Amino acid sequence: MSAQNKKFVYGIFNDDAVVLNAIPVLRNKGLKVKDVISPFPIHGLDEALGLERTRISIACFLFGMTGCGLALLMTYYMNIFDWPMDIGGKPSFAFYKNLPAFIPVTFESTVLCAAHGMVITFFLRSKLLPGVEPHVIHPRMADDHFVMAIQINDDSEIANVESQLRAAGAIETKK
Amino acid sequence: MHKESELRPPLILGDKTWHDITEDVCRPVESKANKWWWLAFSLSLAAFLWWVIAVSYTVGTGLGVWGLNKTVGWAWDITNFVWWVGIGHAGTLISAILLLFRQKWRLSINRSAEAMTIFAVICAASFIVSHMGRPWVAYWPLPLPNQYGSLWVNFNSPLVWDVFAISTYFSVSLVFWYSGLIPDFAVIRDRANTKWRKRIYTILSFGWVGTAKNWQRFEEVSLVLAGLSTPLVLSVHSVVSMDFATSIVPGWHTTIFPPYFVAGAIFSGFAMVQTLLIIVRKVLTLEDYITIYHIDMMNRVILITGSIVGVAYITEFFIAWYSGVEYEQYAFINRATGPYWWAYWSMMTCNVITPQLFWSKKLRESVFATFIISIFVNVGMWFERFVIIVTSLHRDYLPSSWTMYSPTWVEAGIFIGSIGLFFTCFLIFVRVFPVIAMSELKTIVKSSSEGAKKKHAVTAKQDTQL
Repeated sequence: MSAQNKKFVYGIFNDDAVVLNAIPVLRNKGLKVKDVISPFPIHGLDEALGLERTRISIACFLFGMTGCGLALLMTYYMNIFDWPMDIGGKPSFAFYKNLPAFIPVTFESTVLCAAHGMVITFFLRSKLLPGVEPHVIHPRMADDHFVMAIQINDDSEIANVESQLRAAGAIETKK
Repeated sequence: MHKESELRPPLILGDKTWHDITEDVCRPVESKANKWWWLAFSLSLAAFLWWVIAVSYTVGTGLGVWGLNKTVGWAWDITNFVWWVGIGHAGTLISAILLLFRQKWRLSINRSAEAMTIFAVICAASFIVSHMGRPWVAYWPLPLPNQYGSLWVNFNSPLVWDVFAISTYFSVSLVFWYSGLIPDFAVIRDRANTKWRKRIYTILSFGWVGTAKNWQRFEEVSLVLAGLSTPLVLSVHSVVSMDFATSIVPGWHTTIFPPYFVAGAIFSGFAMVQTLLIIVRKVLTLEDYITIYHIDMMNRVILITGSIVGVAYITEFFIAWYSGVEYEQYAFINRATGPYWWAYWSMMTCNVITPQLFWSKKLRESVFATFIISIFVNVGMWFERFVIIVTSLHRDYLPSSWTMYSPTWVEAGIFIGSIGLFFTCFLIFVRVFPVIAMSELKTIVKSSSEGAKKKHAVTAKQDTQL
């Protein structure tokens, strides 16, 4: 969740369609809808909140290219440059001639780096690590309830925000 | 919102809400195991102990304790290795390929199928390490600098490809599985009412909170991992098949091997998924999620891949004749009529004839018939690898070295023990992990569940009356 020094009012909902419809309604009334926590991905939520598309797949592509390049470098250095072998009358003296035999290793290395690089990026970027204490706003927010976070500047806004949330379909509000 | 035709069978039976799914999936984790679970667990653990004894004896004494000889240098070890790796393939097929094809029926079964993949690859890897004879030098196939020069590994060798393929496959499957588990661990964490359960699932869930950005990244990561795993899973069994296909042994030296092995892997993997899930849905009362429709769908995959395997067997035979190569021809005639004819015909019966029974809708939808046929397929696919490996080797180019192979109790122990290891892991999995990917399954409650379809039908009726 966002930084601790900011103040939020949370609206608890029990239906994904209600949450999705409430976002533009509340925004039009001047409320700062910062985030929605849901037990499962809601389609259209990122557009409704105005989130940019994640760049994690670009990171994945770059990791994959790194893995591919490293594998080509490794096979070239080990089997062509440093210690070429002549096994069964099939010498490894030229990289381009040997390349077909190096494709499986290159492919596996590409996938290995792309997959692990992307997942590690995802974990670090989303601050998901063993031992991280979650900020649990509602005990059923991973089960069947949806939490909408509204940012406020000072406590005088609370009453207004709470009534707006209830009008938009929240079953409960929380500070 | 996505609306689905009422004509399509619902993927979730009963009028389930999101909370019902949470309750049903968390129940095994939050309750105590019954005596049947303990009985199965004890039996699996006992079998696994046999594995420990047999592997320790092999490592301590040497590979001479196995039934291998000068002619047959690979037998049960590689048979079991290929069998287990093949079984693993169904999990990745379900979670990755069916995700790319947007097949929603994968959602109830992908978690346990992926778990099966991980445990099957662990079993497979145990055969690789034990057949090396000196497992303390098992790191030698890795390209590490050493004091011999450095004398590097040979990247032209399919055995080195295999090391890369299997280790990549294992680690990527593990990461794919675990990243999907994180939101579900968070569900158990937030429900936990004991101190230790809370603490353990807090660590396992990595502090997951389902914010919009987290879900956006989560979905992208799942999609891209599926895209990466799809060619990966196809490459793994292709590489395994090249362990044989790049050799010059008659019966192995075949270009048809990669697609034939991949089809066989999916075939055996789905059979193992059926065997496991038919028990799991009953024991954990998940019949509303793993429905007859799911079983039918998997049986269709078994039917199609079984037919591909059957065509491959016949093609091999045809090519042996058509090639005019005497050695190749002898290898195949020897398979069907030689001293190992019983293995060949067991394979043909189990893999070619039994899956054809699934043309009948009645049998596809029968839990009992599916269970029996899935066992047949598991046995048949084991015999396929035995036939390929042992019958090709036991009568080689030099008739004076022709011989027979029979396993010793040690090899039998490692094989039975690996099944014990697999079931030990799987039984722990069903009690500790959420067996259904509930966060993902909840996304189809409003479109594909029986309750939602009834509501749609009612509103549709009202509309027409107006």
